[in-house]
Amino acid sequence: MARKPKLAVWKFASCDGCQLSLLDCEDELLTVADRVEIAYFLEASRAVVKGPYDLSLVEGSITTPHDAKRIRQIRRMSRYLVAIGACATTGGIQALRNFKDVREFVQRVYARPEYIETLEHSTPIAAHVSVDFELQGCPVNKYQLLEVIAAFLHGRRPNIPTHSVCMECKRRGVVCVMVARGIPCLGPVTQAGCNALCPAYHRGCFGCFGPKETPNTASLSARWLEMGVPREDLVRAFRGFTGYAEAFRKESMSHETADHQG
Amino acid sequence: MKRRTIKVDYLARVEGEGALYIRMKDGQVTDVKLKIYEPPRFFEAFMRGRKYTEAPDITARICGICPVAYQMSASQAMEAILGIRVEGPLRDLRHLLYLGEWIESHMLHVYMLHAPDFLGYQSAIEMARDHPEVVQRGLQLKKYGNEIVAVVGGREVHPINVRVGGFYRVPTREELQSLVDKLKWGRDAALETVRWVASFDFPDFEMDYEFVALRHPEEYAILEGRILSNKGLDIAVHEYDDHFEEIHVPYSNALHSRIRGRGSYLVGPMARFNLNFDRLSPLAQEAAREVGLLPPCRNPFQSIIVRSIETLHAFDVALRLVENYDMPDSPVVEAEPRAGTGYGATEAPRGLLYHRYTIDDQGIILDAKIVPPTSQNQKAIEEDLWHFVPQNLDLPEDELVWRCEQAIRNYDPCISCATHFLKLHIERE
Repeated sequence: MARKPKLAVWKFASCDGCQLSLLDCEDELLTVADRVEIAYFLEASRAVVKGPYDLSLVEGSITTPHDAKRIRQIRRMSRYLVAIGACATTGGIQALRNFKDVREFVQRVYARPEYIETLEHSTPIAAHVSVDFELQGCPVNKYQLLEVIAAFLHGRRPNIPTHSVCMECKRRGVVCVMVARGIPCLGPVTQAGCNALCPAYHRGCFGCFGPKETPNTASLSARWLEMGVPREDLVRAFRGFTGYAEAFRKESMSHETADHQG
Repeated sequence: MKRRTIKVDYLARVEGEGALYIRMKDGQVTDVKLKIYEPPRFFEAFMRGRKYTEAPDITARICGICPVAYQMSASQAMEAILGIRVEGPLRDLRHLLYLGEWIESHMLHVYMLHAPDFLGYQSAIEMARDHPEVVQRGLQLKKYGNEIVAVVGGREVHPINVRVGGFYRVPTREELQSLVDKLKWGRDAALETVRWVASFDFPDFEMDYEFVALRHPEEYAILEGRILSNKGLDIAVHEYDDHFEEIHVPYSNALHSRIRGRGSYLVGPMARFNLNFDRLSPLAQEAAREVGLLPPCRNPFQSIIVRSIETLHAFDVALRLVENYDMPDSPVVEAEPRAGTGYGATEAPRGLLYHRYTIDDQGIILDAKIVPPTSQNQKAIEEDLWHFVPQNLDLPEDELVWRCEQAIRNYDPCISCATHFLKLHIERE
């Protein structure tokens, strides 16, 4: 019998929610465990099998000098490396520090700032090593995660749509919250994957899956401002869980004025 | 002079990353450090300048396992500032959502993270080869907890439906009714779980803890209550900062908490069970009696039984909430922001979760403080090991290390929470 592919799951600065999504595949978990050798997955097992690994799933962003070294070691041990979730693909919510002075942050949270070792910026995995695929979402969609694992084990590209949440609304038959209810929504510029969850709950999308491919953020911003959304709220909306992703970062910065520092 | 060191650099089956370091000299423990190297994420700092309405969604991202706990403590702190109360069916929905999270989190820990220690397996996946039907039962229980969270909150991890004042959309009666058969199955399976874990062998080990938990006049406290302890503490939530303090130690990125003038304390399932046994559902109380576990329970290894009893309680109460649900007219209690400071404390699966916010009259957050359960338990975990290790020096090296890991896992520590918090390193001199 052929050797089972070795799967590793790694954690950097994050909430654990994306790797938890794998344990949340209650119906599929034992099947997955049957097809692959779970070689490194500390949240699930004490047993550690040495690399190299066929597929590494990486959760979290890089925020310390030690982690910047660790991700390079992991890249060397991994045939394929997939970044999973908003932290690993955009720097995550902790990338809000990138817009401020991190030294002040340390002083605000910790009584003895000299004990804390941290980088000025929270950055995505791709800023440090080459990444074979990025799966967006805060958190990732667990079915998309299974698709990514299956695809790499079979040597094909994952089938993950790059269109907007808007398309999911239309497909699901959800009435547009922006048109019908006047609720500001990031759906037109945010990548699909949640199945239009927020609009289905009468709430505007807040961008947790990050920018779609080629988003027209400027046009959406103009519409929001016409609707009477204050510019500070617009900046905060783009500067959320995926706020350091290039498209969203540029958009929020273009609306920032000297007297308003987001 | 005999020196020994035992090392475990990466502690497994906990949520997040950390290490334990123990040093011994002539059979005496000379140092215990629970090292939390999970990188800090500075939530309290970057919350400043954000809107009060964003606090539930932002603080949810502190923890993927217990996001609902953060959403609930944050919402309630803001509601205290706004001067509104969320009551009736909206409060029942919050209660139901939170019970779903208790089930999902407790069943993850009992079956996937903790039980393998008692039965000698590296993981639940390895355990499934010998006990497939048991692991399947655990996964199914966890799944039903997640389904409650998804029906009320929109999705399992980082639900999107919670807001200050209530919800964006409330479920219809029919949507909740779809849970009834699953909750009935879950209630039976949770009782089987209580019996299963009660049959494990437990190390003979007890500590004289100060248990701290919320207490509510009618309910097994989860959403609200006064903060009580078995050693005389009885305060309102807004008095928390007068009685508790946080200490920054050099080896941990998670602040240590202690009761001013007294020291360590314990929050979580054992604290709740010991302080609030009389508020458990009759079925859960009956199950506890059947397996012979009654308060005071001071053996941290038995926390696995307590989590299972709480899970039974959660299914029982969730079923009642679903059966009695009437859809409210409005999903939210609306209010305008006003300047002030608000306090919120709820019972996360791992224990008391405290939030404090100050906002201005535009609703902008000026100051935030968040104290998660695992930071509060760090000192108690270390103190357990100070006492546990000398009693178990005869064990072979591998077994002692494993037992120490297990002693940490007794707390279901969530390191992601605590740093907003494990690696094991024991050194014998």
